[in-house]
Amino acid sequence: MRISRIHSEPEIREQGSVDLTPLEPLLVKYRGKKGSLIPLLQGAQDIYGYIPGEVFEKISDVTGLNLSDLYGVATFYAQFRLSPVGKNIIKVCHGTACHVQNANTITDSLKEALQVKDGETTQDGLFTLESVACLGCCSLAPVMMVAGEVYGKLTGKEAVRIIRDIRIKENN
Amino acid sequence: MEKTKVIVGLGSCGIAAGAGKTYEKIKALRQAEDLDFELKKTSCIGMCYCEPLVEIIDETGSYLYGEIDEARAVEIIDRHVMHHIPVKEHVVRTDLFDTTDNDFIENQIKITLRNCGYIDPENIEEYEARQGYRAIKKITDQRISRMDVIQAVISSGLRGRGGGGFPTGLKWKFASDSITSEKYIICNADEGDPGAFMDRSTLEGDPHSVLEGMIIGAYAIRATEGVIYCRAEYPLAIKRLTIALDQARQKGYLGKSILGLQGFDFDIHIKEGAGAFVCGEETALIASVEGERGMPRKRPPYPAVSGLWKKPTNINNVETYADIPWIILNGAEAYARYGTEKSKGTKVFALAGKIRRSGLVEVPMGISINDIIFKLGGGIRDGKKFKAVQLGGPSGGCIPEYLSHTPIDYDSVTATGAIMGSGGMVVMDETTCMVDVARFFLDFTRKESCGKCTFCRIGTKRMLEILTRITEGKGEQGDIEQLEDLAYQIKESSLCGLGQTAPNPVLTTIKYFRNEYEAHIRDKKCPVKVCKKLLTYEVIPEKCTGCMVCAKNCPVEAITGEQKQVHFIHQEKCIKCDVCFSKCKFEAIRLS
Ligand SMILES: Cc1cc2nc3c(=O)[nH]c(=O)nc-3n(C[C@H](O)[C@H](O)[C@H](O)COP(=O)(O)O)c2cc1C
Ligand code: FES
Repeated sequence: MRISRIHSEPEIREQGSVDLTPLEPLLVKYRGKKGSLIPLLQGAQDIYGYIPGEVFEKISDVTGLNLSDLYGVATFYAQFRLSPVGKNIIKVCHGTACHVQNANTITDSLKEALQVKDGETTQDGLFTLESVACLGCCSLAPVMMVAGEVYGKLTGKEAVRIIRDIRIKENN
Repeated sequence: MEKTKVIVGLGSCGIAAGAGKTYEKIKALRQAEDLDFELKKTSCIGMCYCEPLVEIIDETGSYLYGEIDEARAVEIIDRHVMHHIPVKEHVVRTDLFDTTDNDFIENQIKITLRNCGYIDPENIEEYEARQGYRAIKKITDQRISRMDVIQAVISSGLRGRGGGGFPTGLKWKFASDSITSEKYIICNADEGDPGAFMDRSTLEGDPHSVLEGMIIGAYAIRATEGVIYCRAEYPLAIKRLTIALDQARQKGYLGKSILGLQGFDFDIHIKEGAGAFVCGEETALIASVEGERGMPRKRPPYPAVSGLWKKPTNINNVETYADIPWIILNGAEAYARYGTEKSKGTKVFALAGKIRRSGLVEVPMGISINDIIFKLGGGIRDGKKFKAVQLGGPSGGCIPEYLSHTPIDYDSVTATGAIMGSGGMVVMDETTCMVDVARFFLDFTRKESCGKCTFCRIGTKRMLEILTRITEGKGEQGDIEQLEDLAYQIKESSLCGLGQTAPNPVLTTIKYFRNEYEAHIRDKKCPVKVCKKLLTYEVIPEKCTGCMVCAKNCPVEAITGEQKQVHFIHQEKCIKCDVCFSKCKFEAIRLS
């Protein structure tokens, strides 16, 4: 994955604004297991869509790992997000096959249509635009993935249309 | 009479092309019309260029249909299944008559992909029915010793398919020589090379073959625990692996006393990657499994001596493991019959880019690049001219057209300055700018460098800056020499393969396409008109008919004009996406 690595700060919110109860089963599952930090962070991100500051603190309390180590791991891997994301994540592939088949056009058109930069979320919170390196569907290049679904053989126009359709569906 | 079978290819690529809908349509048709045929699922057959694929097997034989959307699904079910008349024009592959695409399959030899596209990957019995888990049974039934298993792998000449090409048997021997009670076996399914999808297809299409390979490896080196490190971008592969693991446990291929052999205890679990290319490197991968930042460390000690949790660990690629059961069952000689003197067996390549038939091919080592691209791949798309092929991803290089007779084996490819890599083969045509390609890869490696080695961290950034400048028309005399200088320093001063190979795409493009660099630097021109900063799009007034196609297709509404009037491109809005140029039927758009 190749989300441009914007090193955002963990969200600082008022204590208690994040509900930590959904985290409990996860913490129980990995309690005492070595090497489970990454699955813990992945699990937390599945729950919250990103990793809130309080979750870091909680994981640190439970596992005894330093907060700085947690932050170090979370910022090393492109997958982890430290701030909230849109409801639908648009991953535009910029792998080799997609690159030589005009993947930049797809990103450029979407940036223009959504009025965001790469890595940003739209104002209405519906979409986050990201770049990834290869979704493994290179034979359909250029490719993007929206909310887990892959769309292939795109043009800029087609990509914008797909997003418009999703937006219309979401707004209804 | 056997029931007619209808099999839908549901790999990631197929699903992306709409195979899920095709499957549902056929299912609905069967119900609505109360038809008597067997509907089954399989994974990628490799002909990704004509997905969705549907195979119909009736009493006369097998017919593979390509590009079957819902409408065509109705057609083939109606004509072929109900009225027994094959729809010849949609058949892409059959033994019964000639099709234009028959040679795509006929020139292949399938060992790694022996089951992909033939079995339902979520059904262990279908794997067993094609000699699945027979290799491990052969070992336990005949009490084949650990040393003999390792010797068979050594004799087969199998070399690691993850890129390094290290002899697998030797690696196993090293790991088996270390004596401890705890040993690990890891499958590297991180497949970071952008533009490659061999491992994804293998895992999605035939997960049990990889598991069986790992189980045999575990037997040979006495490993107690296995880990599959899989990219998080491959959700379908992870899902199918999870199912396969459960089934294998139920059948006693994993767990305690495997196949009744006392003391043979082994189980496997999956670790999902978290998005870092460098984690494909074995020591970084191990750090990542341990829950750390995935940073490579110095070798020796090699993982065979001190790997996961500092215990002896054997790590191989997906394809490497998938070949093992075949070798054990068919014998080392059978495998070594294919390939060249130093590169034995077959190799899977992921064909992508500007090629007509993109997809997965498995060919004997030693076949020439030409044969792959023209015989199997059907040549270049849209009648364009073949320019170069990129092998080995960010660690590899571009091999130009005039070297396309090069045989594909580890040594010949390395001699060109590229590397064999894991099997990604991205084909480029005359419209691909090689400086832009080099910049693309450097951008990739710069972002993916873990930051440990100064030269890799900063050197790639400096190289990227120079390349960016060149593609923006700000290149200076001496830039090429400086790139080369930096390249050698990075190669020599980096700890792991990422840095050591990062400059390869730049060095090979300078070597084979120096004139393109010079055109950018000296003439401030991109000869193939890719580098956007060096271009503007304009309407040629004499040729414009005012058909409005460009204006309608422009994603950013940068083109204005009334019907039947000459149109105008507003430069400040234009994002240079090339759509107007490619859509205009009257060649009325000019690039300058
Ligand atoms: C930067 C880098 C990335 C790598 N990525 C992969 C990968 O994605 N998959 C893989 O199997 N091997 C990868 N390798 C090679 C592994 O380090 C290792 O050699 C391989 O997994 C060994 O398996 P094999 O002997 O079966 O090839 C990578 C190496 C480097 C230096
Ligand atoms: S390069 Fe885009 S899917 Fe592989």
